[in-house]
Amino acid sequence: MAVKIFVPIDSTSLSLGADDVADLIAATAKKRNIDITIIRNGSRGMFWLEPLVEVETDDGRLAYGPIEINDVDSLFDCEFYLGGQHAKYLGQTEELAWLKKQERLTFARTGITDPLSIGDYIAHDGFNGLLKSLKMTNQQIVDEVKESGLRGRGGAAFPTGIKWQTVLDVDSDQKYIVCNADEGDSGTYSDRMAMENDPFMLIEGMVIAGLAVNADHGYIYLRSEYPHALVTLNKAIKIAEENNYLGKNILNSGKNFTLEVRRAAGAYICGEETSLLESLEGKRGLVRYKPPLPAIKGLFGKPTVVNNVISLATIPIIMSKGAKYYADFGVGRSKGTLPIQLAGNLKNTGLIEKAFGITLRELLYDFGGGSASGKKIKAVQVGGPLGAFIAEEHFDIELDYEAYSKLNAVVGHGGIVAFDETVNMAEMARYSFEFCAIESCGKCTPCRIGSTRGMEVIDKITANDEQAKNVQLLENLCDTMVNGSLCAMGGMTPFPVMSALKYFPKDFGVDTNASDT
Amino acid sequence: MNEINIQAHIDKFKDTPGGLLPLMHSIQDDFGYIPEESYPLISQSMNLSVAEIHGFVSFYHHFRTKKTGKNIIQVCRAESCQAMNVRHLEQYIKNKLGIDYHEMTDDQKFSLEPVYCLGNCACSPSIMINDEVYGRVTEEKVDQLIKDYK
Repeated sequence: MAVKIFVPIDSTSLSLGADDVADLIAATAKKRNIDITIIRNGSRGMFWLEPLVEVETDDGRLAYGPIEINDVDSLFDCEFYLGGQHAKYLGQTEELAWLKKQERLTFARTGITDPLSIGDYIAHDGFNGLLKSLKMTNQQIVDEVKESGLRGRGGAAFPTGIKWQTVLDVDSDQKYIVCNADEGDSGTYSDRMAMENDPFMLIEGMVIAGLAVNADHGYIYLRSEYPHALVTLNKAIKIAEENNYLGKNILNSGKNFTLEVRRAAGAYICGEETSLLESLEGKRGLVRYKPPLPAIKGLFGKPTVVNNVISLATIPIIMSKGAKYYADFGVGRSKGTLPIQLAGNLKNTGLIEKAFGITLRELLYDFGGGSASGKKIKAVQVGGPLGAFIAEEHFDIELDYEAYSKLNAVVGHGGIVAFDETVNMAEMARYSFEFCAIESCGKCTPCRIGSTRGMEVIDKITANDEQAKNVQLLENLCDTMVNGSLCAMGGMTPFPVMSALKYFPKDFGVDTNASDT
Repeated sequence: MNEINIQAHIDKFKDTPGGLLPLMHSIQDDFGYIPEESYPLISQSMNLSVAEIHGFVSFYHHFRTKKTGKNIIQVCRAESCQAMNVRHLEQYIKNKLGIDYHEMTDDQKFSLEPVYCLGNCACSPSIMINDEVYGRVTEEKVDQLIKDYK
């Protein structure tokens, strides 16, 4: 029987040459007359080991990595297809410390299955949540989600069940489910991984959301920078339709739900839910005033659930295993797990799904293995470009929504970007304003004008031009942006700026003894 | 610009709710950019003013109204790539191609654009050429890729 060889198809694996490796393995096997089947699985999320090649054996799946095309001949020489020893042999995949220390719920299948095999999906607990939901009332589904404690994983952490309840309670002839897949935060890629590596999970979550609130159409608003996810999602939608998990009369239940992907067009602000809705309506992505909430008056003026990819992708396991199972993970009001993404200057980068409550130090050193450059880690930005920079003195605080909020920081979408000691934090603070100026929708003044003025003020501070006065001005400007902006773009840009100034004043040339900052 | 071709795209999306966004993608995928001469035609069919169409196109970084080079290189300038020294790499690419962002090489082989996150942050710095992402990009890799794509 043919030996199963796995070569990931995740776009980060592809960015490191996984296609070439897969092609060469196939060609070499043919040349040497060895019977193998290559399966393009998702990535396990251990990106420093990608492309990670796995072989199915009687002892489970064995891993080899990172495999470059130059390694392929030697892999065959040592009979890797029988589990032979090789310099890049890593052992049984499931036993690797990185995976063993995690609690993978949402990402339980990722890396194990072929993303577009509906058979694989069903064999690994797929569609069980949907089957259960089809037998429940709207209110029972919403109650289950409420009890799970799931909060919006896009970054705002609003309780998902409460949002669904609001939409359910509005009487309307038409409602929509919108998946926010405009994952623009630097350092984050868990949405992309979910869509590329386990697309049926997102589809299932959206169908359940539709059942819960009586919506029969859904949109996935996908960023244009993810061409591979676009192809995978469209294929998965077609397969789901052919198998009657989507479309009319789903599994003979009498319920309908259709789904389409809309490609975004490179505006960061469209990750903000009201801007996203404007864009979906075919307009400039200008942020809307709230109220009315999108849950009451959303897409095309109709009640709309807008949820992040991970929030929706987590629904199937909650419905399949029960709210209590999910809520038993986590700490305090941060229940369940968070897919954390390690990025930037770290030796080992990748996806870690853990219950809330892990510390940054554990993530950076136990998982991350310290900086890639071997230099000291100076600052860590958590939660994307609008998240605060965390200094080493706070590396031991547990990662949960409330603890981070006390620090004037955010957990956000779980992206963690590490910087070594060569970083200049005044440059990073200036960049935060620059990014805000480029990406601001322009509707409100604090964000539109404040971002440009902020760059100028930082330039004056670093040039030691009336420094004390300009530090005061920067603080006032940030205060105006926090309190006067319409949305989080202008309202949170001050977080990275002020944290940089507070914890790294020397980089700004500010003498802490002379100023009280 | 061929008016018949533009009209074919419009016909595909004029009855789609929120159809302007997929319509513009469809035109750009076909022509490589959105010709401004198409605005009056779109304006008539979609019941929008030319100003609204200009406002829409100019809002989104992804949409272009000028012809680009055969290949578009996008360099990720976001934080994770900065942590891996993309500021140095972007300068190298600019020097190598002899152009700045939003410009095209004289031989029309390459256009250069900044991008803010490719979601490849585990392997920074990253660049994208057309629809392919490349991770852990070094100067040597840039040399090789430019040679391959030329």
